[in-house]
Amino acid sequence: MSDMHATSATGAGQKLQFWMKEDHHPANGTLLGFWIYLMSDCLIFACLFATYGVLGRSYAGGPSGADLFELPLVAINTTMLLLSSITYGFAVLEMQKNRKGTMMAWLVVTGLFGAAFLGIELYEFAHLIHEGAGPQRSAFLSSFFTLVGTHGLHVTFGIVWLITLLFQVGKHGLTAANKRRIMCLSMFWHFLDVVWIGVFTFVYLMGVLP
Amino acid sequence: MNTPDLAKLIFGRLTLEAIPYHEPILLGTFAMVAIGGIALLGLITKAKLWGYLWKEWFTSIDHKKIGIMYMVLGIVMLLRGFADALMMRAQQALAFNGNPGFLPPHHYDQVFTAHGVIMIFFVAMPLVTGLMNYVVPLQIGARDVAFPFLNNFSFWMTVSGALLVMASLFVGEFARTGWLAYPPLSGLAQSPDVGVDYYIWSLQVAGVGTTLSGINLVATIVKMRAPGMSMMKMPVFTWTSLCTNVLIVAAFPVLTACLVLLSLDRYAGTNFFTNDFGGNAMMYVNLIWIWGHPEVYILVLPVFGVFSEIVSTFSRKRLFGYASMVYATVVITVLSYLVWLHHFFTMGSGASVNSFFGITTMIISIPTGAKIFNWLFTMYRGRIKFEVPMLWTIGFMVTFVIGGMTGVMLAVPPADFLLHNSLFLIAHFHNVIIGGVVFGIFAAINYWFPKAFGYKLDAFWGKCSFWFWLVGFYVAFMPLYVLGFMGVTRRMNHFEDPSLQIWFQIAAVGAGLIALGIGSFIIQLYVSWKRRDELRDVSGDPWHGRTLEWATSSPPPDYNFAFTPVVHDSDAWWQMKEHKAERRTEGYLPIHMPKNTGAGIIIAGFAFVFGFAMIWHMWILAGLSFVALLVTAIGHTFNYKRDYYIPAEEVARTETARTEELANHV
Amino acid sequence: MSAHAESHDHHDDHGHDDAPHSTMKGYMTGFFLAVVLTAIPFWLVMDKVIPDSRTLAVVLLIFGAIQIVVHMIYFLHMNTKSEGGWNMLALIFTLVLVVITLSGSIWVMYHLNTNMMPGMTHDMTQQVKNLP
Repeated sequence: MSDMHATSATGAGQKLQFWMKEDHHPANGTLLGFWIYLMSDCLIFACLFATYGVLGRSYAGGPSGADLFELPLVAINTTMLLLSSITYGFAVLEMQKNRKGTMMAWLVVTGLFGAAFLGIELYEFAHLIHEGAGPQRSAFLSSFFTLVGTHGLHVTFGIVWLITLLFQVGKHGLTAANKRRIMCLSMFWHFLDVVWIGVFTFVYLMGVLP
Repeated sequence: MNTPDLAKLIFGRLTLEAIPYHEPILLGTFAMVAIGGIALLGLITKAKLWGYLWKEWFTSIDHKKIGIMYMVLGIVMLLRGFADALMMRAQQALAFNGNPGFLPPHHYDQVFTAHGVIMIFFVAMPLVTGLMNYVVPLQIGARDVAFPFLNNFSFWMTVSGALLVMASLFVGEFARTGWLAYPPLSGLAQSPDVGVDYYIWSLQVAGVGTTLSGINLVATIVKMRAPGMSMMKMPVFTWTSLCTNVLIVAAFPVLTACLVLLSLDRYAGTNFFTNDFGGNAMMYVNLIWIWGHPEVYILVLPVFGVFSEIVSTFSRKRLFGYASMVYATVVITVLSYLVWLHHFFTMGSGASVNSFFGITTMIISIPTGAKIFNWLFTMYRGRIKFEVPMLWTIGFMVTFVIGGMTGVMLAVPPADFLLHNSLFLIAHFHNVIIGGVVFGIFAAINYWFPKAFGYKLDAFWGKCSFWFWLVGFYVAFMPLYVLGFMGVTRRMNHFEDPSLQIWFQIAAVGAGLIALGIGSFIIQLYVSWKRRDELRDVSGDPWHGRTLEWATSSPPPDYNFAFTPVVHDSDAWWQMKEHKAERRTEGYLPIHMPKNTGAGIIIAGFAFVFGFAMIWHMWILAGLSFVALLVTAIGHTFNYKRDYYIPAEEVARTETARTEELANHV
Repeated sequence: MSAHAESHDHHDDHGHDDAPHSTMKGYMTGFFLAVVLTAIPFWLVMDKVIPDSRTLAVVLLIFGAIQIVVHMIYFLHMNTKSEGGWNMLALIFTLVLVVITLSGSIWVMYHLNTNMMPGMTHDMTQQVKNLP
């Protein structure tokens, strides 16, 4: 409503400018767009969490979380992811100082921690399937494997992206476009961390409660 | 490894049996499509248009061209979806007294599933997305969307999804589950064939496109508005588009997740929605409606915006209650997430759950009602011009109110227990989707066509189309309300009670009238093209519009605006006209534009192959196409030179031509 | 995934690139808090500090929520100003929807199970066992 008053207040007498004389560049939308993408991804995880929340106690006579989950392994896994987060942070700090070499080194370290996380997760999955607790065993295990697996898949894509980015930074240096990409991957990586907090709290820790 | 195994490795479940040469209807359709397709391809080749199409359209990242391509896709798919509707109406009008009709149940079930899927995902969605793509950047004074390449890619993903549905017609079969493919019917045990897989993969592929285009348009509206255009100075169509795309970004991931779970059940043997091992089929219903209800508003919010623009333009008045319109839109956006359970009251969640969702459903009709009043008050004492877009708008207001009221009836849980799954429901949602979305899209096409092509659409055939649609709608769907009250359920292949037949026959006549409406529309396009010189609009502003898209030429140049407009009012162009703001005719600058790229169509092509391979269990092909898709996508990110400058001289040349054109005509 | 980075390179070299500026201190604070907030819940569960499952579950959820906020602030640099507040708005909207999706689904399905399949729910099986 206030807009309408504002218009009448300007009146016909004043000379308003209606066309820009100079060149107009709207601000870059990549970081915002990527954030919006992350929000949509967040809702995919929300659905998987909801599915786990609904089906997570449907053991169908099979093993329960308390029977299966090995918390020390999960703790190591969580440590890997947390470490990869802080090393990505270091990479961003180096990027801000325009130090290409150290930035790339930290990215490599991040990628290695990510790979370690994936390795442990794959070991856990293989172990469960070997014990006859595969995703087909019960609705609980279906939703467990899907939720944790989807997170793992995201980490995999993150690593693929990270390698791509290493090549791109190596080739073109820390240009504005590359810095933006590094920041996008940073958001992606830390976002996966946040999802993992949900996973270890809601799935693993609460899953072993009697 | 012996030969059959090798064939299975390469072709999966695909055998010659999958081609339905034993079904005369499909064979006939196939022959027609094949002949028509070959003729079309031949004509394009003969006219040497391939290079032009590839360079100017397929690889174009111009939001205007992509918008038009979306509209073409939607209209083509409308013909397919409507053919399904005609077959259903004919079948139900005939299949009485032991007459089995002409569609066996196996086929009939595919027809109603395909009808629903196509009409929602490949008609309504592309048409609405196309409109937003075309109009929003122009309305906010931008030169393109925030991510032009992504826009092109989104479009081709939608096309790939549509192609998968079309492929199911001639290779294999489509789902026989209804348009939302509820398990356990859509599970592996009940639907072991490829139908549901076609359903899943066409929606997944198209869904990627839809989500990305949603992100794109949100970022565009947030970031790229012309200077001075604060949120409360955005045109209402831009507002509703913003809310629509927020809904898309927030709802489509839910559909993706839900379909992933269903495909895991089908491909990996998990137990989410199965009957044993702890699965719960109702969880699917719950999830898919968390997407499904916002989807309804995704379709209808943009056309609310369309009607707002049209009503104020043709009433020659500022829109009544701009702020309340915006708030109503935002309230609908949020509330649309709180009503999903009304689609399955009968599931049995009990009184507390049902009453909560019943009440939220009734509440959401309030902001919608407020909008109707705003349009009425805008028309009140306006100098209304009954051009074709305005006719559609008035037709909408009457029809949509009826649909809305039957919706409130369904929102009452006890009433819903009687009406659930009946033809009353069918009548209700066609009442809002045809009366709302379809009328809105036709209004929008008539309204913005002159902007896109530089000439108006023929009014006579437009009026024919409108009246056939309007009358046809009532004749086709009022009988379904009656039948619904009698307790007739949906998706029936044939009936025993002969007293019902007359109603189905009336409905079939209605469908025939709608067919005439669609025919008139196509004639309208053709006649208008024939008479394009008489219908030409040089001013760029044929309806005395109020918003910025009318401030540039028709069709707009690639760069939309030679100079970025400065906005002081929600009806920016109207204000410019009131202030007699002059066009700037000198001081042109080079304009920074994105470059065309073929990456979008290529990646989407791989997505189509991947989807097809997954449907038929061709694992090798699936793996290869997925790798190809990934490599192409990554390869595209190594392309850093994605833009260029239109030199100032070229801008000057275009704009001077326009100046002369304006001078000659006014 | 990485197809998101788009063109328009030249403009934000001069000025309006509003990417947040991160500091060593910020990252280290975040990391320290994250480690603590991860360690405590693991300790609570592994050493069975709180015997009552229900209380423990609530405590775990609270720790999880706090840690998510910590990550949002220190790692994702969320504040009300980035991107003109749009990031925050998008986040809040998403969180509302996440809560609706999660709690709504669980609520709806819980009622469904108790009403329609009383024999199938977890608690009920115990009762059936206890029948004479």
